[in-house]
Amino acid sequence: MAQFTKATSVKDWLNQRLAIEKVEKVMGSEYWIPKNINFLWAMGMILAFLFLLLTVSGIFLLMYYQPHVDTAFYSVNYTIMSEVDFGWLWRHIHAVASSVTFLIIYIHMFTAIYYGSYKKGREMIWITGMLLFVTFSAGAFSGYMLPWGQMSYWAGMVITNIFSLGDLQFNGLVEWIRGDYAPGQAFLNRFFMLHVFLLPLAIMGLIGLHFAALRIPHVNNQDGEEIDFEAESKKYLAGDKKGSKVMRFANDFLSKDVMVLGIFLVFFFYLVFFHYTFALDPVNLDPADGLVTPKYIYPEWYFLWSYEILRPFSVNIGLIAFGFSQVIFFLLPWLDRSPNTVAASRRGLFKYWFWLMLINMIVLTAMGKLPPKDPFSTIGLISAVLFIVMWLALPFITKNEKKA
Amino acid sequence: MKELKILAVVVFFALVTYWLVEPYAHGIMHKKVDTKSFAYSDLDETTKGVMSKTGDASRGADLIVNGGCTGCHSVNVASIPAAMDAVSAAGAFGVNPPDLSNTGVIYDAKFLAELIKNPAHALNVEHKFAPESGKMHPMVPFYGAGGDIDQEIADMIAYLKSISVKVEDVTPAMAYEDACARCHTVDFVNYTYTGKIPAFKSKKDELAFEINVLEYEDSLKAYMGKLPPDLSMYYLSRSPHYIRTFMEDPQSYLEGTSMPRVGVTADSAEKIVEFMADSADSKRHQRDEIGTYVIYFSIIFAILAILWKKEVWRDLK
Ligand code: HEC
Ligand code: HEC
Ligand code: HEM
Repeated sequence: MAQFTKATSVKDWLNQRLAIEKVEKVMGSEYWIPKNINFLWAMGMILAFLFLLLTVSGIFLLMYYQPHVDTAFYSVNYTIMSEVDFGWLWRHIHAVASSVTFLIIYIHMFTAIYYGSYKKGREMIWITGMLLFVTFSAGAFSGYMLPWGQMSYWAGMVITNIFSLGDLQFNGLVEWIRGDYAPGQAFLNRFFMLHVFLLPLAIMGLIGLHFAALRIPHVNNQDGEEIDFEAESKKYLAGDKKGSKVMRFANDFLSKDVMVLGIFLVFFFYLVFFHYTFALDPVNLDPADGLVTPKYIYPEWYFLWSYEILRPFSVNIGLIAFGFSQVIFFLLPWLDRSPNTVAASRRGLFKYWFWLMLINMIVLTAMGKLPPKDPFSTIGLISAVLFIVMWLALPFITKNEKKA
Repeated sequence: MKELKILAVVVFFALVTYWLVEPYAHGIMHKKVDTKSFAYSDLDETTKGVMSKTGDASRGADLIVNGGCTGCHSVNVASIPAAMDAVSAAGAFGVNPPDLSNTGVIYDAKFLAELIKNPAHALNVEHKFAPESGKMHPMVPFYGAGGDIDQEIADMIAYLKSISVKVEDVTPAMAYEDACARCHTVDFVNYTYTGKIPAFKSKKDELAFEINVLEYEDSLKAYMGKLPPDLSMYYLSRSPHYIRTFMEDPQSYLEGTSMPRVGVTADSAEKIVEFMADSADSKRHQRDEIGTYVIYFSIIFAILAILWKKEVWRDLK
């Protein structure tokens, strides 16, 4: 058993029991970060902050939300928006934060793709990141069901229908997921459970895993430089702060994280107070009605690109393409066969692949929202085919890349 | 600086995406209808006669009674009660005809001139009352009281204007009650077809009231072909522009719809929109006010954070 002595201070008391000084070193002051990284490396912390905001605002909403098909709409749109003091504020924060989370996730993902941060020991960071993307998507979808508006109902109908898997006709599976033939009370209840319990829990676990996966390989840097963290940190601790290639996480990089967060918050609160409608689809402000199909059914903006990979094809092919688009990102570390872990600008064909992929996904996103008629459906079809072809071509493009 | 360049690229792609999925896509999906400033110029031709006359309010007072209006409408300010209660009136006409006390200020004069002569045309619902269908609009046209019909109508309008409150005294609730309440409920602010729902002393009174509402709805549904929607959320679920242009002419969005063009003035329309905003978005003033403070606070926080970072990084670079 460890030796406990009479504590000389509260800190000492805690230190003997929790080793807080050591924890502080491991997590902060001696967690080494390369110096040559830009503000894009603060996106992860912004995501962590947004998740905190979602959790806090969600707890407040949960105090008044009623998961019942007869009262859900009213409890959100009237009780929370008009009766509860500052209920509107929590709702706007929650809605805007969920939408902005996806914006930042996409920036975070494309940063990782651009700098090749999924390679050379960073595969687990990428995989846990993708698992976060999937659970966040499920979280956003389940949350969208809760106000029980027209879009909740019809998006719930369309998305759960995907599980019938086209001509395989797995209608039993669809009913099992819904708990009924059509979305109803059982459906709302289980999505409520997923949204407020199971998915946040999974996300918390995954964020822990994502952070853990970062420790051994350390974060990448913008020059693709292989840094000897051992030697560089010694240099820093010996007093050569300027000469060392690394810095402490706290307070060195943390101060930059906070700076980026500060600037981000100005943008975020502008959206919350003055430009929130993009996060509250007007169609979903009509109460759910199983007898009236909305003129246009579309998912939230962050799902549009994958929706557009499903939509332009016939049912079965569309489902295969959709399945492909959902798993293919996971395989990126193995599809990229080049040994170079540097910025895309310094790589051969991959440079073009990167920008084309980004632009094509934006095109898919736009076409996913626009009504499925020409020219949009043709553009969507071409983009969807291009998306698949580009992924299939990736190993060949990267195989013969010269050492950068 | 390199970081600013990167930021510019990120912002550029984010804005392009935003523009495509929001303004551009919605522009393609939703019909764009411009307001015609509530001029009702399609009625210019048929109301020329009436509009060129100067009305005499005292003669108008008699005409409103003798011309039959008060057989169906109450005029509370003139102590003329309704011939029937709301439920019976709805049973007879499909809806409860509105009280005429403030008609003169809430509705457009040209529109009133046409309404009195030819209700189905003014209300833009002639498609529902085609001669071959054998159906008649429940509001009987005024066929004249023996004199110059144009003059008589001008007199009635003059009278209706003379008994109305002044424009600046029309509240959002008054405008809404007069023009929309007979067909729409607004749950969030406790409005039903007869106006604000009163407080009930006993459960019995409350149930009796609710039964009346249900009976009213039966008649309304039969008359309109469907139950008009509750308007609690329309300010947000559509848009102020949509509501404005929709009431100006419902046919411009929903061709063949049974909702009449109600013929309000531009000023009343604004008040109705405000009424609907008070229901759907009751905290908008608080939001704007607090939002401004929060933005100031965030800017200060950002500046302090930038200074702290500069301080910490001075030793690093
Ligand atoms: C036979 C009954 C009847 C008579 C007579 C009648 N009305 Fe009406 N009036 C109605 C009904 C019913 C409505 C509602 C129609 C609807 O909403 O579809 C109405 C609606 C109105 C409206 C509201 C129109 C709008 O745009 O919302 C006004 C104003 C009006 N009447 C004025 C008059 C005047 C003035 C007269 C006398 C010249 C008159 N009414 C005679 C039954 C009558
Ligand atoms: C005589 C009955 C009647 C009156 C008076 C009336 N409405 Fe309506 N309203 C309807 C009916 C019926 C519908 C359903 C239309 C449809 O779906 O075809 C409707 C639908 C609407 C809608 C929904 C449109 C949509 O996009 O689905 C709005 C908004 C609306 N009314 C606003 C108003 C306002 C504002 C007023 C008062 C200025 C008003 N209405 C007066 C009968 C009426
Ligand atoms: C919302 C959930 C997420 C949180 C909270 C989160 C958090 C973080 C944090 C704090 C970092 C370190 C700092 C940084 O580089 O930004 C990081 C790095 C990383 N994340 Fe995430 N992340 C999330 C989602 C994702 C997703 C969806 C992916 C992609 C599939 C991803 C892939 C990566 C990669 C590859 C790195 C390493 C970057 C590097 O080494 O340069 N993350 N994440």
